[in-house]
Amino acid sequence: MTRPFLPGLGVALGVLVLGLIVAFTVGRYPVTLAELVDVIWSRATGGQPTAPAAVENVVLLVRGPRVVAAVLVGAALAVAGTAFQGLFRNPLVSPDILGASSGAALGAVLGIFFSLGVVGIEGLAFLGGLVAVAAVYVIGSFLQSRDPILVLVLTGVVIGALLGAGVGLVKYLADPYNQLPAMTFWLLGSLAAITVADLLPLLGPVALGTAVLLALRWRINVMSLPDDEARALGLATGPLRIAIVAAATLVTSASVATSGIIGWVGLVVPHLARALVGPDFPKLIPTAALLGGGYLLFIDTIARAAAPVEIPLGILTAVIGTPFFIWLLAGMQKNWS
Amino acid sequence: MRIDRRTLIAGLSAALLAPRRARAATVTDGAGRAVPVPARTERVFPAGPPAAIFLYTLAPELLLGWPRANRADEREFLLPDIGSRPEVGRITGRGNTANLEVVLALKPDLILDVGSTSATYVSLADRVQQQTGIPYALLDGRFDGIAAAYRTLGALIGRPAQGEEFAQATEKMVSTVTQRIGGISREQRPRVYYARGPRGLETGLGGSINVETIELLAQNVAGGTRGGLATVSIEQVLLWNPDVIITIDQDFAANVRNDPAWAPVKAVRDGRVHLSPKLPFGWVDFPPCVNRLIGLSWLAKLLYPALFPEDLRALTRDFYARFYHVTPSDAQIDRVLAGRD
Repeated sequence: MTRPFLPGLGVALGVLVLGLIVAFTVGRYPVTLAELVDVIWSRATGGQPTAPAAVENVVLLVRGPRVVAAVLVGAALAVAGTAFQGLFRNPLVSPDILGASSGAALGAVLGIFFSLGVVGIEGLAFLGGLVAVAAVYVIGSFLQSRDPILVLVLTGVVIGALLGAGVGLVKYLADPYNQLPAMTFWLLGSLAAITVADLLPLLGPVALGTAVLLALRWRINVMSLPDDEARALGLATGPLRIAIVAAATLVTSASVATSGIIGWVGLVVPHLARALVGPDFPKLIPTAALLGGGYLLFIDTIARAAAPVEIPLGILTAVIGTPFFIWLLAGMQKNWS
Repeated sequence: MRIDRRTLIAGLSAALLAPRRARAATVTDGAGRAVPVPARTERVFPAGPPAAIFLYTLAPELLLGWPRANRADEREFLLPDIGSRPEVGRITGRGNTANLEVVLALKPDLILDVGSTSATYVSLADRVQQQTGIPYALLDGRFDGIAAAYRTLGALIGRPAQGEEFAQATEKMVSTVTQRIGGISREQRPRVYYARGPRGLETGLGGSINVETIELLAQNVAGGTRGGLATVSIEQVLLWNPDVIITIDQDFAANVRNDPAWAPVKAVRDGRVHLSPKLPFGWVDFPPCVNRLIGLSWLAKLLYPALFPEDLRALTRDFYARFYHVTPSDAQIDRVLAGRD
């Protein structure tokens, strides 16, 4: 099934641009469109803004970083999900299938348990994601099998469950008044605390991982074939699989470390992108990145603007993602019969 | 000793009947439950941290152990032999860590729970009391329930005079504060934001036990929404623009002054970000028990310095002497007031 690329990419880009405009103008702190233009214009030209300092502060230091982070995290999760769905030849796979989120969760709750600062918690979460996937990969490759992909996925599920038990244990031992609420909030996912300082540690791994996946985009197409066929086409499937898993894990772990656990984006957005431009990875990856960025931006705008109290992102993405996924399943049933 | 059938039967029936007779008297606890008064109370199992603190203040030697072992910096402000008693877990709140068989093996005469008196905890109390046969008293840990809780506990452990003494001391501490600020209308009270978590973006909503201390004295900026703990965005804090920020997180307290995103907040501009003391137990938030009484004086003095000319160090020493049975040195009080580890 081939679909025209540029119109599809245009739609994804349109969603992102619209999301950016809405996200910058909507929020708890009132910022008018004129003030927004004024702040951005004066920043671009080096002049003095006429808008109050508090408005400038909101746009540049509070809302701005958060919007950028939402786009980056959404794009990262969508790209990782797209790559994994291709690699595992399964439309129900999400970026955390190999334990990246569970590992990050365990790292983060341990950071909270030991009362580390923000940098320590996010660093542990990032490391936790990487270490978990590395462990899954090593164990999966150690188990000789005719179907390495299936073994890898099953190992990921099992290790994920073990890490989940670890999270449960740490929560059980945590101080119920102080640490337990902090852990619960972290596990629900939020971009509320994003500052400018968070952007670089997020951008680095996301840019690197996405660049690797973009560079491998033709090969991911071939990887979607069964292993022996891909090998028959002269592809070194083993090293390639490691490269794809490493790149997707890098972007997923960096995202989860900054934002907490946000499900659904990496699962649902690749399907949306596929509906727009078809299953060809060179077209699919950039479309999914733009669409993912726009999708999470819209959701995060609701999360921060709807009520004085933040609505956790993990809850919103699930509430919006579930009906969509059911609709998707209904469509698949039609194709099967 | 030879045991014949008659002495055996006599012994058994005495064992079965004696406790029943002794438990004829009951006391009504904070949830309106009738709790049998133990014949003699020498060992009390605290169901959670507030109960341990509450019992420690009135009758430290009855405390079987702590829900969590005290750290060295906490033990410094507790009686040495009591503060170092072992960890026994908890049977209330979020998740039980104590095994009921372990509770029984400790042979407590009474199980004490202080905190919420909602239906969940009433049913838990009833179930544990039925299962173990040990009287289980549930007392109210909120400020307006503490005095009654002292009287009830005094009656349960056979020390009504001491219970009354503590009840009056408690009432005096609360009423001193509320009477002095009574003339200040709600709208004129400082608008306070309560910051938790390393980013300072967790806060207590209106009516939450976490902000009871703050809401008694000031306006809670997040009080418009009722509930428990929640996350908010910096934008929302900027919009609230609180006069004062009270926090329990020392990372946040240390970093907020240099964080440009927080710079426009009035409390930050005015240098009114205050870190709550927390030794041996938290002063403003948790555990939700009598430990917050001294926090009430601390916060009152911070918010209304003209109305509270008393020396906070003297107040702290008096409070620690009466409630924690220790007299801290000036250096120790300095450390407590600094709020750091």
